[in-house]
Amino acid sequence: MSSRPLFSVGINFIVGWGAVLLLVFPIIWMLLTSFKTEIDAISPEASLIFQPTLDNYRAVLGRSNYWMFALNSVGISAAATFLALLIGFPAAYSMAFHPTERTKGTLLWLLSTKMMPPVGVLVPIYILFKDMSLIDTHLGLILLFLVANLPIVVWMLYSFFKDIPRDILEAARIDGAGLWEEFRFILLPLSGPAISSTALLSIILCWNEAFWSINLSTTKAATLAAFIATYSAPQGLFWAKLSAAAVLAVAPVLIMGWVGQRHLVRGLTFGAVK
Amino acid sequence: MQELSSEWEQKTGNSINWLVLEENVLRQRVTTDISTNGGQFDIITIGSYEAPIWGKNDWLTPVDDLSADYDYNDIFETVRKGLSVDGKLYALPFYAESSMTYYRKDLFEKAGITMPDQPTYDQIAEYASKVHDPDNQIYGLCLRGKPGSGENIVPIMTSVNTHGGKWFDMNWKPQLDSGPWHKAVTLYVDLLNKYGPPGVTSNGYNETRALFASGKCGMWIDATVAAGYLFDPAESKVASSVGFTSAPIADVPNGAALQWAWALAIPKSSTKADIAKGFIAWATSKEYIRSVGEKKGWIAIPPGTRQSTYDLKEYQDAAPFANFVKTAILSADPTKPSVDPVPYMGITYASIPEYQSIGTEVGQQIAAAVAGQQTVDAALAAGQAFTLRTMEQSGYTKK
Amino acid sequence: MNTATPASQLANSIAAPSADNDRSFRNTYLIAPSVAVLLVWISVPTIMTFWFSFQHYNLVNTAGREFVGLDNYIYFFSSSSLAIAAFNSVLIVVGVVVLTIGIGIGLVLLLDIEFPGSSFARVLAISPFFIMPTVAALIWKNLLLDPVNGLFTTILRAVGLPGVDWFGVFPLMSIITIIAWQWVGFSVLILLTALQSLDRELKEAAAMDGAGSFAIFRFIILPHLARPIGIVVMIETIFLLSVFAEIFVTTSGGPGLASTNLSFLIYVQALLRFDVGLASAGGVISIILANVVAYFLAKAVSRSLEI
Repeated sequence: MSSRPLFSVGINFIVGWGAVLLLVFPIIWMLLTSFKTEIDAISPEASLIFQPTLDNYRAVLGRSNYWMFALNSVGISAAATFLALLIGFPAAYSMAFHPTERTKGTLLWLLSTKMMPPVGVLVPIYILFKDMSLIDTHLGLILLFLVANLPIVVWMLYSFFKDIPRDILEAARIDGAGLWEEFRFILLPLSGPAISSTALLSIILCWNEAFWSINLSTTKAATLAAFIATYSAPQGLFWAKLSAAAVLAVAPVLIMGWVGQRHLVRGLTFGAVK
Repeated sequence: MQELSSEWEQKTGNSINWLVLEENVLRQRVTTDISTNGGQFDIITIGSYEAPIWGKNDWLTPVDDLSADYDYNDIFETVRKGLSVDGKLYALPFYAESSMTYYRKDLFEKAGITMPDQPTYDQIAEYASKVHDPDNQIYGLCLRGKPGSGENIVPIMTSVNTHGGKWFDMNWKPQLDSGPWHKAVTLYVDLLNKYGPPGVTSNGYNETRALFASGKCGMWIDATVAAGYLFDPAESKVASSVGFTSAPIADVPNGAALQWAWALAIPKSSTKADIAKGFIAWATSKEYIRSVGEKKGWIAIPPGTRQSTYDLKEYQDAAPFANFVKTAILSADPTKPSVDPVPYMGITYASIPEYQSIGTEVGQQIAAAVAGQQTVDAALAAGQAFTLRTMEQSGYTKK
Repeated sequence: MNTATPASQLANSIAAPSADNDRSFRNTYLIAPSVAVLLVWISVPTIMTFWFSFQHYNLVNTAGREFVGLDNYIYFFSSSSLAIAAFNSVLIVVGVVVLTIGIGIGLVLLLDIEFPGSSFARVLAISPFFIMPTVAALIWKNLLLDPVNGLFTTILRAVGLPGVDWFGVFPLMSIITIIAWQWVGFSVLILLTALQSLDRELKEAAAMDGAGSFAIFRFIILPHLARPIGIVVMIETIFLLSVFAEIFVTTSGGPGLASTNLSFLIYVQALLRFDVGLASAGGVISIILANVVAYFLAKAVSRSLEI
């Protein structure tokens, strides 16, 4: 890192943080609202000066079994992501390093599987799941999220692999490395950031998936998206309680993201191999 | 109900898993399951709209054969009729509501108006013009404006009914091109454009309630169930100044106020119907209502279903609106929503499966008129054409 | 269902003479699990949907199902709502893609430079993407854009301007804003990961050779981002064609049809009307339309994809 003048760092600091804070402002506002009373929440005049209260969190946690929803979200997202990486990684490797004339068609076909509008196929899926006794099971949602995210995972990995010079792998192969060694000692170390970004993306997508988790779970396998769905209840919308529930629903994945940031930043060193 | 149900669980040794959902999501979730015979639910919450249709579809277990000590006659007759089809009761009401006019006593006093016991739509328009003060963010009249069969159609239909209109005549011919519809919808659009809050086409029940509670509305005509919130100082800024009176009428009294009940029912696909019956008998009983009052406060008891609720002195003391609500519910008869005889049931809805999409479409057309994208005439003509086509396709009327 | 991709246009530049077993293993069997899983997933519901689309099949009407030929399709094509909804779908996709790429590149350039707390700022910039669509829509609708009690209205009033009825006057634009806000996080995630793999020495060498910031951006950074931008465009297009929750929460598709897209149109048929036949026909139509869009899109971005 070259020594930049101090004021230039200062400008970067101000502009960078300014832009980011503007972007995340709605989230900050939601966090603030979650500590307001319902009356303060609908009076923007009382925007910054208010008596913080934990009542909303107490009400939300008291009403439903938050931890069950959270655990389901974590478990289902993680399992679906792991499986998607497991099947998607070899596929992406194959298409990136050993393309054939079918590769492009296959890639597009993979994406085209995502074009079924979920609202249009609910009934067929529901009937299928019912016949296979998959409704309200963790396995059912894991399978569904797996197929929903697999195309994205393959595409992401594929595009990252395209950045890895092919000669590195070829050199290893000439040295007699088998497929497993190639994966284990060359590709995996090189694609750390790619895998973590892809995993993060997949986890977020699973986490945010609301339509299927609401419609295919009842009480045992319901995720946090279903938890949120209970907070715009028919008897009335409560901004402060909704905000509290939203904070609780988003917090785990935000924390995961923060913990995972080191891996994202590892991309810095990754560039050096090029 | 969820908190108190542990009592029942302890008493009977059965346990309950709860699934709480927002209204639209609940409807889609439950309909999908019950129509594919999914068997995911033993007890479901349904509204007045679903009960007769689903009963007719043979999706629900009749609930008129509960134990002898279950007091059916204590349940208001108009509510019971709304949940029955061909004389069979398919769901037991948990709470019931009608509509009323909420207003701000302080604003009315300042403007020198006394709210009559039974206002007319003309009076409502006049009062709205007097208390309307947009510079200070006070809007004369708030109504639901968000398109939807359960949103803007609700205030529109009560107005159409009392102007002498109806959804269909006895031959299932849609009536949207008739005079009463035209009068009522023109009035609705005018009132909202002149005295309504900005952004009214995205306000549903929830948003409008928040508006009134934050002191931005002079009047609001909507469900009686909102009273519990508006009178609660923890939820509402205007708790001390909110007044109420009957929903306004125009030409005829029929259908001027809505009637709706949320009720518990048992799907045919349930394998535990007997246990489920035990639970809903408990959860809709007199004793349950009393125990809610004792444990959660009398103002919080589920209203509108039983005569015995209104005989409770504690409730009468706690809720100034109690008798008013009872009268409103008793006078709103879902079997006679219009001055003319009609082939359907329901004041703000029509008890046929096709109504959901008709209500959605007509609601969209009228919302577009409120937003100034088209005239009322064009909106009603489009609504009439859609309804006519839907009814023809479904075989109600001949092509 | 399969995307029509003529074999003739495939860029095939592999010098792969050896036809040993190892090679065919690498380029066929490794893909097989992915393809198999998706094939099963996609074919069964698609066939069922296709089958239902020729039937009169209403969940709430138990009178029975009957074969009605093309009735359901005729219904869709005879009403103007299909064209409006298709147009709105495309508008949403284009609007959001342009906004997210534009804002995304700007943000990524700012965040690529080290400054105190920059790694934390990077994660924060991705965070809108962590918010569930329903929640994002509810926050924007109620806390920010509400024309009476929303924060934006309060700010406008503070400077003497009247509140704006965002969802009534600019329904589609408001929805695009909300969706773009969420998906900026996605484009930042992808572009940042890609940019950080760019050789820093390359940039520094160019700077030392006297290349200005713009030249570095134009000739080093932008070409490097070409493929990730292609990926963002493809993936966003696929997801945004079926946007639903944001519309459902805010405008219910209105006023009129102003903010109805194909997904919402199908939702009305499928889950308000419970007409499975019509919804299936709508589903088939939108699968075909989506594939057409994807085909042209793939053509447009294929250069940057270097497939």
